[in-house]
Amino acid sequence: MIDFSSFITEVIQLLFLLLAAPAFAGWVKTVKCRMQGRTYAGILQPYRDLAKLFAKEVILAENASWIFRFTPYIVFGVTVLIGGIIPLISIDLPLADTADVIALVMLFAIIRFFTALAGMDIGTAFGGMGSSREMTIASLAEPAMLMAVFTVSLGANSTSLTHVVQVMAHGQFVLRPSLAFALLAFIMVHLTETGRVPVDNPATHLELTMIHEAMILEYSGRHLALIEWAGMMKLFIYSSLGIAIFCPWGIAATDDPAAMLAGGVYLLCKLAVGGVILVLIETGLAKVRLFRLTEYLGGAFLLATLGMLSFFILE
Amino acid sequence: MTLPIAAQINSVMAALILLTAFGLLIQRRILGLLHIFAWQGFFLCVSTAIVGYVTGVHHLFISSLLTLTFKVILLPYILYTLMRKLEIRREIESLVNIPGTMLIGIALVIFSYHLTSPITQLSTLVTRSTLAVALATVMLGLLMMVTRSHAVTQIIGFLAMENGLFFAATSATYGMPMVVELGVALDLLIAAFIFGIFFFHISTTFDTLDVAQMAKLKEED
Amino acid sequence: MILLILLGISLFFAVVLAFVGDRKYAPDINIAGSAATFVAGVLLALQVYLHGPMTGGNKFFFVDAFNVYLAVLTSFVSMTTAIFSRRYMRVEREHGRVGHWKMRFYHAMYQLFIFAMLLALLTNNFGVLWISMELATLSTVLLVSLYRTPTAIEAAWKYFILCGVGIAQALFGTVLLYFASERVLGVGGEALLWTNLSQVSNQLEPTVLRLAFVFLMVGYGTKVGLVPLHNWLPDAHSEGPTPISAVLSGLLLNVALYALVRCKVLVDGSTGTHMAGRMMMGFGLLSILVAAFSLLRQKDIKRMFSYSSIENMGIATFAFGIGGPIATFGALLHMLVHSLTKSAIFFTVGHASQMHGTQEMDRIRGLIKGNPVVGWAFIFGAIALVGMPPFGIFASEFLILTATIKDAPLLTPLLLLGLGVAFAAIFRKVQPMVTGLVPPWQTPLKAAHVPVILHMALVLILGLYMPRFLSDWFHLAVGILK
Repeated sequence: MIDFSSFITEVIQLLFLLLAAPAFAGWVKTVKCRMQGRTYAGILQPYRDLAKLFAKEVILAENASWIFRFTPYIVFGVTVLIGGIIPLISIDLPLADTADVIALVMLFAIIRFFTALAGMDIGTAFGGMGSSREMTIASLAEPAMLMAVFTVSLGANSTSLTHVVQVMAHGQFVLRPSLAFALLAFIMVHLTETGRVPVDNPATHLELTMIHEAMILEYSGRHLALIEWAGMMKLFIYSSLGIAIFCPWGIAATDDPAAMLAGGVYLLCKLAVGGVILVLIETGLAKVRLFRLTEYLGGAFLLATLGMLSFFILE
Repeated sequence: MTLPIAAQINSVMAALILLTAFGLLIQRRILGLLHIFAWQGFFLCVSTAIVGYVTGVHHLFISSLLTLTFKVILLPYILYTLMRKLEIRREIESLVNIPGTMLIGIALVIFSYHLTSPITQLSTLVTRSTLAVALATVMLGLLMMVTRSHAVTQIIGFLAMENGLFFAATSATYGMPMVVELGVALDLLIAAFIFGIFFFHISTTFDTLDVAQMAKLKEED
Repeated sequence: MILLILLGISLFFAVVLAFVGDRKYAPDINIAGSAATFVAGVLLALQVYLHGPMTGGNKFFFVDAFNVYLAVLTSFVSMTTAIFSRRYMRVEREHGRVGHWKMRFYHAMYQLFIFAMLLALLTNNFGVLWISMELATLSTVLLVSLYRTPTAIEAAWKYFILCGVGIAQALFGTVLLYFASERVLGVGGEALLWTNLSQVSNQLEPTVLRLAFVFLMVGYGTKVGLVPLHNWLPDAHSEGPTPISAVLSGLLLNVALYALVRCKVLVDGSTGTHMAGRMMMGFGLLSILVAAFSLLRQKDIKRMFSYSSIENMGIATFAFGIGGPIATFGALLHMLVHSLTKSAIFFTVGHASQMHGTQEMDRIRGLIKGNPVVGWAFIFGAIALVGMPPFGIFASEFLILTATIKDAPLLTPLLLLGLGVAFAAIFRKVQPMVTGLVPPWQTPLKAAHVPVILHMALVLILGLYMPRFLSDWFHLAVGILK
């Protein structure tokens, strides 16, 4: 029998994810505007954007296939699924046993796969270009991501996320170089996967410089709303994943509502700080040339491998 | 500072030294190379000082000071002034592509770990786990000398190798006897003097510091 | 006391010549300094011969039969090379290839180089051995590029980089050695002293010493010129002024081999297996074969004889690797006679290339008719080098062959192949150079007669008759190296 209270936990976490993700995206945009000296539209602007998009009409190209029509729903659904697996505010989730790191990477791969197919579906040049670039980057980023999380899981002796988070939350504060390397590698991959500078400028309107945006150029109306929302949730999830793995103190271990509330508050505070750091990185770095991305991602892989090696050598 | 914490800090320093060794491998610009090399010397000096403080081997403080003056301040400064005098361009190309070099570097780290594991097991020192990092730094310096074609980069690779050797001495044996350390420092100083002269000779004779241009001496068939 | 005098002389003269090296009497000062060093060396040798091994300077130095004989050889060859250098550098100055500053630098570095080699031979401390090997390399690097031609600079750069890399490996090996000895002898300078280490070699940890020997072999082997670490040797030995080529080929290679053999004795004592010996045999044989076949393709005369140095060092390494009294005796004798013969050849080659203005063998002709002393000395030197009786190298190679047949019979054909190919290659090139008419581009000059005649006479005597004191000396050394 499913434990009813943990079921409630799950629902609460999902609702939290759905509602808080646009706010986080808004926060990041706000901080960026402040840092660049522009006036900002407010943290709630993404909500207004989504509402506007949902109200608009969907325009489909004549040769759009079922892939094009179903991809937004698939993307949104899988993102919500991922959000239900990761320990955001509590470790005690019913789906916790499926929260294996490799499974997580596979789920992200499903999203990417369908988005890339949708990009090529209509047959425009930009869509295909975006899809091929995205796949190239992913083929390099995935090993780095896996290696980074493996390094952390070496310490916890398990690839199950809940185990890793538990060990990290209750462990002693120890200076471990392997974790430092893994953190650096994870940050580099995070910037890649969520399409931020230095990999891909999310605010660009020049199609030839787009990677992620190029794939979704043809979408409109509620399809676009779902994809945008899924994108914001992806940013939220990736950042929370990093926080959960590397500094999970304060996460709720039981389904006690007070603990969960506390966990939620802690998470929001950490995300706020994380958002600021993200903006600092974005404003401080320039976008890397596409052909130099192999070096960038190779560097991420290198850092992650060094972290794994230092675990064996130094610890 | 207790022994376990010192060992941890030493491990962090070792990890940073390894990171700088890789940084030297993949860095394209000579100015960046000088900075990374200076940082490597700095981490080395901190590591030596900590080991000296915790184990009470006081001549390590002198070694740490020597490292600070030579490798963090003096040598990068000499190289920088040489570069300014010779008007070397900032960006250089390397022979092997950078991701490939990184992979070879990782293989070398694993190899040196494998090679030094019998010694690490035998050693009773607090710094024993860093011997593999030291040998890896030596090998990475070697790799850097082999894959680059610019005279300044080859010299920096050579100096990085010496850094690794010095680190090996501290991690395997709490530092060589003082006489030996002083002699090695003297040799390094003379070598620095000599390669400074060399850069001028090469630059005036070949009008470039690209070592690949110097390939005339070989058997003729 | 005599030790300090021995080392102090060359250091003192180095400083003096740094200031007066470009005067007319500077080469004479050079000769005087080297002669004084030689006399001091002979006195030291007498002391060791009569009273046995001695330590000095608070155990900083150690002199036994093995290194004192090399020290005497070093000081002798440096003296004769200084005599040769006087005539040679005078011609170079006339041709305008060296100026004031270069002469000062040359003379000062020459003496510093001798100092470094003697320090390496006589020190008791493995760390100081490394330091002086590096110092010897560094003092000659800029001498190789003395003429500032593109090829000279390239050769010096290769020498600097490759030897620097090699010797860094040797430093790592020394660190590992210190690690192993520290566990037995305690922390501090005592743990690196040969006198202590040779006593406790069976207590040193075998795994560590095995690893250490690999690094030491790679490191010091690079300086000996063993294949495949030999790439710097032909370039460096052919590009500098000929006196430098003579001392590099004749002396520095010996010192590096000495360092390697000392390490081998320690490793043998620790591991009890023949691993070190087998490695030396392997590298030695490889050097012999590769060098012999490379000799066939050479066009530059000094380059050819540099490859011959690689081959002969390979023979000596091979012999030390076999071990046992016969092979070790042969190796010690080989180091001695090769040193004398090779430097004699370089003396004649230097003058020959000066006479013709080039180092290419196709352009050198008619040496006997042009300058009889140089021509005849050259042909005798070449005959001696390839191992013909009655010269000394025949005796040493014969001993080594005997030991090979006895201990490693399957390798004998390979050894004979190497020796035979070297014989043919060198002779093929030397014969047209000495015979025939004098070509029009040959210029006469006054050659240095004394050094080369002295060396060849010694090599001849050693081939025919082994003086009693020398064989006693060698027997003592063999005992040490068991």
